[in-house]
Amino acid sequence: MAQYMKKDDDRDEDEYSPFLGIEKGAVLQEARVFNDSQLDSRRCSQVITKLLYLLNQGETFTKVEATEVFFSVTKLFQSKDVGLRRMVYLIIKELSPSSDEVIMVTSSLMKDMNSKTDVYRANAIRVLCRITDATLLTQIERYLKQAVVDKNPVVASAALVSGIHILQTNPDIVKRWSNEVQEAVQSRAALVQFHALALLHQIRQNDRLAVSKLVTSLTRGSVRSPLAQCLLIRYTSQVIRESSMNNQNGERLFYDYLEGCLRHKSEMVILETARAITELNGVTSRELTPAITVLQLFLSSSKPVLRFAAVRTLNKVAMTHPMAVTNCNIDMESLISDQNRSIATLAITTLLKTGNESGVDRLMKQITNFMSDIADEFKIVVVDAIRSLCLKFPLKYRSLMNFLSNILREEGGFEYKKAIVDSIVILIRDIPDAKEIGLLHLCEFIEDCEFTYLSTQILHFLGVEGPKTADPSKYIRYIYNRVILENATVRASAVSTLAKFGAVVDSLKPRVFVLLRRCLYDNDDEVRDRATLYLNTLGGDGSVVETDKDVKDFLFGSLDIPLVNLETSLKNYEPTEEPFDINSVERNPAGNRPTALGVPAAAPVSTVDAYEDLLSSIPEFSTFGNLFKSSAPVELTEVETEYAVNVVKHIFDKHVVFQFNCTNTIPEQLLENVVVVVDASEAEEFAEVATKPLISLPYDAPGQTFVAFEKPEGVPAVGRFSNVLKFLVKEVDPSTGEVEEDGVEDEYQLEDSEIVAADYMLKVGVSNFRNAWESLGPEFERVDEYGLGPRESLSEAVNAVISLLGMQPCEGTEVVAANSRSHSCLLSGVYIGNVKVLVRLSFGVDSSNEVAMKLAVRSEDESVSDAIHDIVAN
Amino acid sequence: MVKNVLLLDSEGRRVAVKYYTDEWPTYSAKLAFERSISCKTQKTNARTEAEIVMFDDNVVVYKFIQDLHFFVTGGDCENELALATVLQGFSDAVTLLLRGNVDHGEALENLDAIFLCLDEIVDAGMILETVGNMIAGKVATHNLDDGAPLSEQTITQALATAREHLTRSLLR
Repeated sequence: MAQYMKKDDDRDEDEYSPFLGIEKGAVLQEARVFNDSQLDSRRCSQVITKLLYLLNQGETFTKVEATEVFFSVTKLFQSKDVGLRRMVYLIIKELSPSSDEVIMVTSSLMKDMNSKTDVYRANAIRVLCRITDATLLTQIERYLKQAVVDKNPVVASAALVSGIHILQTNPDIVKRWSNEVQEAVQSRAALVQFHALALLHQIRQNDRLAVSKLVTSLTRGSVRSPLAQCLLIRYTSQVIRESSMNNQNGERLFYDYLEGCLRHKSEMVILETARAITELNGVTSRELTPAITVLQLFLSSSKPVLRFAAVRTLNKVAMTHPMAVTNCNIDMESLISDQNRSIATLAITTLLKTGNESGVDRLMKQITNFMSDIADEFKIVVVDAIRSLCLKFPLKYRSLMNFLSNILREEGGFEYKKAIVDSIVILIRDIPDAKEIGLLHLCEFIEDCEFTYLSTQILHFLGVEGPKTADPSKYIRYIYNRVILENATVRASAVSTLAKFGAVVDSLKPRVFVLLRRCLYDNDDEVRDRATLYLNTLGGDGSVVETDKDVKDFLFGSLDIPLVNLETSLKNYEPTEEPFDINSVERNPAGNRPTALGVPAAAPVSTVDAYEDLLSSIPEFSTFGNLFKSSAPVELTEVETEYAVNVVKHIFDKHVVFQFNCTNTIPEQLLENVVVVVDASEAEEFAEVATKPLISLPYDAPGQTFVAFEKPEGVPAVGRFSNVLKFLVKEVDPSTGEVEEDGVEDEYQLEDSEIVAADYMLKVGVSNFRNAWESLGPEFERVDEYGLGPRESLSEAVNAVISLLGMQPCEGTEVVAANSRSHSCLLSGVYIGNVKVLVRLSFGVDSSNEVAMKLAVRSEDESVSDAIHDIVAN
Repeated sequence: MVKNVLLLDSEGRRVAVKYYTDEWPTYSAKLAFERSISCKTQKTNARTEAEIVMFDDNVVVYKFIQDLHFFVTGGDCENELALATVLQGFSDAVTLLLRGNVDHGEALENLDAIFLCLDEIVDAGMILETVGNMIAGKVATHNLDDGAPLSEQTITQALATAREHLTRSLLR
């Protein structure tokens, strides 16, 4: 209560509130007037208003108080005053009496329901239906049924709306009113029709046929109120969704009706219709056009609500049919300066979705002006849209990256800054060209960054990416500045980053050592500890030594133990002579067995690098040259078997290396000398050159064994390999961890692995397919046609060819529009030997689902173009 | 389906509110919603035309008249114009009932009428009536038995009844 008092106090003195200093206890006292023999109806009304005010301000009555008030309120039914009676209805609804109390008022309310006063009747129905339960309902059902078809629209509406509410709890009762409700649907009163339609649909919603009939009859008849029309449109689109039937002309059922509604005089109906059309399953551009046209008109409406509704709908359409919305771009651009920021933001994100490459620069200029005066939450939406735009048009990375760095420098909250930083990181990862500028922008940002979290994240990222750039030394200054200027957390991560540079870039090592040594005098423990640790691991005694693999693993490897498990293990650790063993920590999150065994799910980009590092560290394979491609892991065992094995195929110019990731899932066993014997008798062009066995494979610790094959240089040799896992099994006592001396030789049959043509193709996208296609020229173009036979669907056929070729679909052409009979698809890739390849596919499908395909290939090498055709021909 | 109808003052304090869903289960959740929506819309100019904003997957349409702020909230799949119609009906009805003197003090003076008004617009989320003078008529009518059915009442009549209502409230 004190809260309201205070609120009232700081209100302007001259403003008088009738509720100033109102207090629950006093009002409850006042409520005694309800019991007076001579009722003062005006005073009673006032008291009820005060009670309602208290309830509305969040005051609660205890059970006793509520009961007391309720009982005295029931006495007020004696009064004939209409105004008072209305207040009585209200307070009864607010008090929501318990069922034994309800009985007190039932008879009074039923009397009112049959009164001659319509206002009494309508309200009594609503009150009674709100507070009553099933048993009472059966008593009043007869009256309600009559009320539904009452000639007074207010009474009919009250009964219908109450019916909608009762339907949730006592559906059987309401279902018996079907005939009356049906009659009410034909009512001449607009709102009665609306309420009746809503109720009728809810009664029948589980009966598809009935809904369909309802829609069919009403779409032909006349619906009076716009609200009812909107409901009907919703039900119609539901019927359309559920029936895939088209009528004889192949047109969509009810589409004519919807199109007609676009010309309705009420904007509410037009909006509802346009939205329904845009949300149709597999809507065609011909069907879309009229809806887009009306929405475009709404864009220039004077009403903000209408502009908002239109731009919101178009924004959704732009996600699936960007082309259809481009017509509205001019109107959309003028909305960028809209007073209503929600509208402006929606307009911008729509434009970012529909924009083409040439318009990007202009658009960015417009957005720049706009960014300064919107709230952070809107800015985040814009940043996200810009990120996807940049991924769509990688060539435009320069202007988009500039934009991101500009807004990064401006004021903003944490979430907003984080969204920008995340976007830049994603762009750096996906667009190699953008890496250097992106990293520099990030460096500049941390020079003046108030968020510790972001600084540490960026420093970590710099440590991973920075050393791989052309000139790593330029980042050192930014990183060391952190050590001088920032708080301890940031200093510590800057030290780690410095160490990473030192580990990877040998030329920088002496300088890094100097810097690290300075950190030994830091006043924070963690910073000093880290500096000492890195100086020791990197051999900071002055001699410049080759950093060995362990150190790199230590610096760059991620902790493969869930932190939660480590924490529990450390808590359980009792200080004894025995040091804490990190290997004793449970590696898997509790209760969650891994399915992708062996290779930890790493980020897509880092896997290639990780593989390259891994392979080059094995002396047998170090002479194979550059790794061309590593496939995704292919499981060679069923899930949940004793030993889980998957294979990663590494393709080199003259060699193929199979990396078998093995996991032993039996706690009682230790496997030693694990090898996979690969039989290449069915792959003639391959000759085994090396095998690297796995010395020991303990329980649940993934290990790798490798087999390398030589193959003719540059030839995309294919073949099938059968694999057998061979090993020495030793029994282990799981409780003590003791291993028995003697082991038994055993073997385990694995599934076959295959080298296919797609393994020689790198998925590399191009941003502008047409330019790339033209620049390759027709010199080595090979065109041919193929019949693919009967297929499930066109899109299935397209996907099959894409995965067969293993190329990157460009410009979103891998998506086949539903129901289309033909499709063209653009693919790009790099073939072994670093030959750029572009493919144009044209598909057609006839009535019996026979798919025909025209394949046009352009590449930098004639033989490669032929090779692509060979892949498909075979 | 309307989720709530709010009438707040210019600083986001409650005058009269009505919620129709359990989306804001507690009193404090409701207050928090009102405070943030009022804060978000504070700087906008929703005086001539109703304005609109997306808020936590809800569509909120709103309109300001003097120091009274009217809000109607619906789900994000709701027809914005339907919500706007409810808003229009609400603000029109309140204007009629307060005889054009739409301000905070006047609203508090006639709080009973405003509660009745909320009750007549939306019933447990279902739109009951959207025409301002119909709503005001229903609230202000003393006696419906004397002749004209509600639907045929004109604005003048509604105003007349509203005036009658006023005299009553002044006399007490």
